[in-house]
Amino acid sequence: MKYISEFRAPELARKLAAQIAAEVEPGRRYHLMEFCGGHTHAIFRYGVQDLMPQNVEFVHGPGCPVCVLPVRRLDDAVELAERHDVILTSYGDMMRVPGSRQRSLLKARADGADIRMVYSTTDALKIARENPDRQVVFFAIGFETTTPPTAAAMLAARAEGIENFSVFCNHVLTPPAMAHILGTPDGGGEPVRIDGFLGPSHVSSVIGSRPYAQFAEIWKKPVVIAGFEPLDVMQSSLMLIRQINEGRSEIENEYKRVVTEEGNAKAQALVAEVFELRESFEWRGLGAVPHSALRIRESFADMDAEQRFEISQKASREMKSCECPAILRGVKKPTDCKLFGTVCTPENPMGSCMVSSEGACAAYWSYGRFRSPAAQPAAEGAAS
Amino acid sequence: MKDTPEPIRSQPKLRGAVELSHGGGGRAMSELISRLFARHFSNPLLDQGNDGALLPAQAGRLVMATDGHVIAPLFFPGGDIGALCVHGTINDLAMCGARPLYLSAAFILEEGFSLEALERIVISMAEAARAAGVPIVTGDTKVVEKGKGDGVFITTTGLGVVADGVAISAQNARPGDRVLVSGTMGDHGVAILSKRENLEFETEICSDSAALHELVAAMLEAAPGIAVLRDPTRGGLAATLNEIAHQAGVGIALDEAMLPVSPDVAAACELLGLDPLHVANEGKLICICREADAAAVLAAMRAHPLGQQAAIIGEVVEDARHLVTMRTGFGGARVVDWIAGEQLPRIC
Repeated sequence: MKYISEFRAPELARKLAAQIAAEVEPGRRYHLMEFCGGHTHAIFRYGVQDLMPQNVEFVHGPGCPVCVLPVRRLDDAVELAERHDVILTSYGDMMRVPGSRQRSLLKARADGADIRMVYSTTDALKIARENPDRQVVFFAIGFETTTPPTAAAMLAARAEGIENFSVFCNHVLTPPAMAHILGTPDGGGEPVRIDGFLGPSHVSSVIGSRPYAQFAEIWKKPVVIAGFEPLDVMQSSLMLIRQINEGRSEIENEYKRVVTEEGNAKAQALVAEVFELRESFEWRGLGAVPHSALRIRESFADMDAEQRFEISQKASREMKSCECPAILRGVKKPTDCKLFGTVCTPENPMGSCMVSSEGACAAYWSYGRFRSPAAQPAAEGAAS
Repeated sequence: MKDTPEPIRSQPKLRGAVELSHGGGGRAMSELISRLFARHFSNPLLDQGNDGALLPAQAGRLVMATDGHVIAPLFFPGGDIGALCVHGTINDLAMCGARPLYLSAAFILEEGFSLEALERIVISMAEAARAAGVPIVTGDTKVVEKGKGDGVFITTTGLGVVADGVAISAQNARPGDRVLVSGTMGDHGVAILSKRENLEFETEICSDSAALHELVAAMLEAAPGIAVLRDPTRGGLAATLNEIAHQAGVGIALDEAMLPVSPDVAAACELLGLDPLHVANEGKLICICREADAAAVLAAMRAHPLGQQAAIIGEVVEDARHLVTMRTGFGGARVVDWIAGEQLPRIC
């Protein structure tokens, strides 16, 4: 734990909090979007909001891998496991997410489908090696961070001649989603108010800081790439507040101990070898976002589960009153949702944001911000 | 236990696999019982050889507890299902303030399960029961067809007696009381995870599986008025404290800085995205006592080998919402909630 506790030191937090309080302009509200669920989680788990002035608000972004996966793709995965009798391997976070008719991978498994939780693509490959008579599909989800391991597993499978391994690819990209949030006013009327971004940590370690330049140049929004530790979040918030106060919009890097301008060239090369851009991909909450996801290149088509297995064109159903979509865009807060804390809880999630620890609803519920005295009376009622 | 000399370990002698006939009531079953269970568990009460054990009458209030054990893997760093199922039920009795007297053990075996592994488990149970001074006095064995079990399931039931003047119940927690734990949190759960299929990682972390009745006896001697005792097993400290808060109709306020977590467990949890507050323990207890008793209880805990890292971690407060809250080490505040379902590692 050495090298981690330094980034959680309470004395430093107090100093930073005092610095932030001294620098915020009293008449101004600061809306800082943390794109990543990792940041959302850190903010709630360590109680970072408690240390920030009232007029600094964190707006939670869509950077939670399981939250943004549309119900349709999850239904497809369930179908792969049930109809094609494959061994479906999936990251743990995905297991409880409800699909159409509240059907999750866990429920499908209880009904007899062979669905196995893995901790890495290496484990998925191991299962393929150990079950040569079965088809093994890896349910690939996640942002730029989880994409290189998927590529590496596919290259390893090819090198070893493992023929029963394929990938159901749902990898998505961060910068196009950020652009989409800035570019589209919410259908309901008011656009999301964002004064600056806390930029992703791990994603940026792969793609580098350069891809964010467009946000400063075109949208005039400051971006500070921030580490996932609570002190990183506070330091980055201070850097954003300074840019906002000074009218600057620049890309700054608070997470220099990991993120470089160019990113990880080796990881990028792996990804480029196996994947290419999709024209468009459906995001939960954001709808169809152009050039926002990856698909498997033609040269690896034999490992593409979407080509290897027939998936039926069925209608998928979102739960109607679930506000996950608006919450993912940062337009609504979990407490604005009628289901929050009443029918929808982590024990019985109605939407994806209540499942993952990175989801805004799960963080609100588990770490109890909405139950603090500052919360609205309506939310209080839902809690008791 | 660490303070007793290492016994000479019996070695498994049985070979082969469990067959349906081992539960069929015939000669094979009789042979299994005599060569395995009767041999290793032997004590005067079991050796009566009747359908049930005839026990001497006890003065005082009796406590009975039962616990089913269905774990994977069966053998893990620091223990196995055998020791665990003895410790688990002894601890359930101890958490009622009872002195454990007798145990029973019921086995559900899966056809095909290795007899050598079964004997290792039985030896481990026998040693744990002997070390704790609590004999296994009766038992049962059933065999299910291959595919209808997971190797071996063991249910243990225990009987104990509570001394006069001892009244322990979650409902006794009152605002102002102190909350103590007997040591580091999360060791057992992380040790088990480190050996799970698909998640093998190198670690020195051992399960904390241990019988806590002697520690409890020492604590009760120091302060007979202890209000609440619980062992934070499944769901970890978070689940147990939430149960207590609801049962007693109070809130509980913790201080993260006081919470003992070993550096190895903290690091493993960090890596896996788990919260040590949600991870299971098998040899730790939570104690709630009046503020005036706290120092004496803490001293008694620290003087015992199983409580050396005991700490006061918070207090009981008035709260109509019955929340468990925590001042974070970082300086903020958060609610400590029950975990939903099984704790699943996060993606990135």
